[in-house]
Amino acid sequence: MLGDGIAKGFVETARNFFGSYLSKNRLTTVQYPEERLPQIEATRDFPFLVYDGDDWQAGMRCVGCQICEKECPPKCIYIEKSKDKKPDAVGKLQFYPAVFNIDISVCMSCQICVEVCPFEAIKMDTEFELSTDDRFGGLLWDKARLSKPNAYYGKIHPTDAAASDALLAEEKAKVEAKAKAATETVQNHG
Amino acid sequence: MGETADQFFVILQHRIVDHAPANLRSFFSSLLSVIAILVVFALLFAITTVLERKGLGRIQNRYGPNRVGPFGILQPIADGIKSLTKEDIVPQAADKVVHFLAPVMLVLAAFSLYAVLPFGRNMVLANLDAGVLFFFAVSSVMELTIFMAGWSSRNKYSLLGAMRAIAQMISYEVPLILASITVIMAAGSLSTVAIVEKQAGYTGIFPHWFVFTPWGFAGFVLFMIAATAESNRSPFDLPEGESEIIAGYYTEYSGFKFALFFLGEYLGMFAISGLGITLFWGGWSAPFSFLTWVPSYFWFFAKLLTMIAIFIWVRGTLPRLRMDQLMNFAWKFMLPMALLNLVTAGVWRFLPQGVLRWLVCGLLVVVPYVLLGRGLAQGWKLEKRVYRFAE
Repeated sequence: MLGDGIAKGFVETARNFFGSYLSKNRLTTVQYPEERLPQIEATRDFPFLVYDGDDWQAGMRCVGCQICEKECPPKCIYIEKSKDKKPDAVGKLQFYPAVFNIDISVCMSCQICVEVCPFEAIKMDTEFELSTDDRFGGLLWDKARLSKPNAYYGKIHPTDAAASDALLAEEKAKVEAKAKAATETVQNHG
Repeated sequence: MGETADQFFVILQHRIVDHAPANLRSFFSSLLSVIAILVVFALLFAITTVLERKGLGRIQNRYGPNRVGPFGILQPIADGIKSLTKEDIVPQAADKVVHFLAPVMLVLAAFSLYAVLPFGRNMVLANLDAGVLFFFAVSSVMELTIFMAGWSSRNKYSLLGAMRAIAQMISYEVPLILASITVIMAAGSLSTVAIVEKQAGYTGIFPHWFVFTPWGFAGFVLFMIAATAESNRSPFDLPEGESEIIAGYYTEYSGFKFALFFLGEYLGMFAISGLGITLFWGGWSAPFSFLTWVPSYFWFFAKLLTMIAIFIWVRGTLPRLRMDQLMNFAWKFMLPMALLNLVTAGVWRFLPQGVLRWLVCGLLVVVPYVLLGRGLAQGWKLEKRVYRFAE
């Protein structure tokens, strides 16, 4: 009969209306600032610079090689290389970035900088509540704002961080072995 | 005590007016009523917008607005401030005078509708002898303003919306008025006050509302469908179908003019609900004889809120019609039913009271409904749609 389907529809919407007061499961909305969903491990938004130890300037892994600057598709990274050198994470003497800026309003979170970095120095962050009313000062992040400890990286991306740490440890061991061999040769020759 | 509560606002008005000079008393009396209507229905509009959004949210298993104030009840204030602070843009090619006049006239016409609605015993702004006629005459001004808005904007979407609105409103005005005529026949008067008084009696504890007769019920359903179409509400919101023509006739309106359109539309909806209550649901009269001690205006607003809830429920349930479905429904279903309903009302009037009257009139309503429904359904072919060009 005419109107059967309409009547069914009315029953359905009425059931939804009253049901949403009776059963919490019906309301799938997460009330964001108060409630949050846990982030998945692969969450990423903007890059940050990893440092080892406590002093972000001394422990900075970045050597200012500028590969990420060149690879960055939207060109949001700006690096100025230092004149002097300091020992890097592995122990070699390296340059370091005198200036390292990322304009996160330009960054498109593609993670290419992370992929190309040979020094495990730049990684993706998960912090997303970054709104600001200052477009130029607030969104152009300098070295100090970008630097975060390796422990933080281990906290947000445990699997990736473990792999990265293992790689660095391996390289460090290699370098140390090489240095040892070198000193031994020197000693043998001596 | 009950009597005083019932006539509280009437007495209050008299007390205030008594302070005015004798020759200005009727003027002040009307002025007070006008102010009361403006305040009450503007507030009702504000409350309805938030209740509607919350109701629709619950129907779709969402929370709805719940950020501004406790449970989101202050949302209308935020909306109002927002629409007041937005830029008022008038298109360069627009007919600026008409473009400005359209929303103003819409709200003006919508408020004029309330002049003839009796909100309670002795609570009517103007007891016109041709109250129902006045109501329909003024409500057709609203159609004109919608066309003004669409035409003056010089925008194809506005014009499409306006054309749809005119086609729809003229089509549905016919069954709307035909459905109301049954009540006028039964009450023998065009005055809204007389119509309500005619329904205010009781048999046992049950009231003499017209909706509790076969023709009254059919008339009420037809009236409500046509009223939904008249007030441009879903599922008849083709003139402003945002998925098809942006916002229809008010595409080119921003800021407070947009808010005025919104206000006008809701006021129109309240007014036509009020008329539906007056015609079919006994206006301000109580639903049972033992409840007559409750003030009459309470019943009017309780019924009005119920009608608004039904409008929201309908909006949350039904999808928008297509233009040909809309027209077919108006001319092939609504119009024959409304015409037959006139006959039913006449038969009801001249048959003696009793079971026979109920049986005959009930059949006169149900049989055409079923037959027309079948006839309409014969044309429907539900089959897999074949796309000629898209594949």
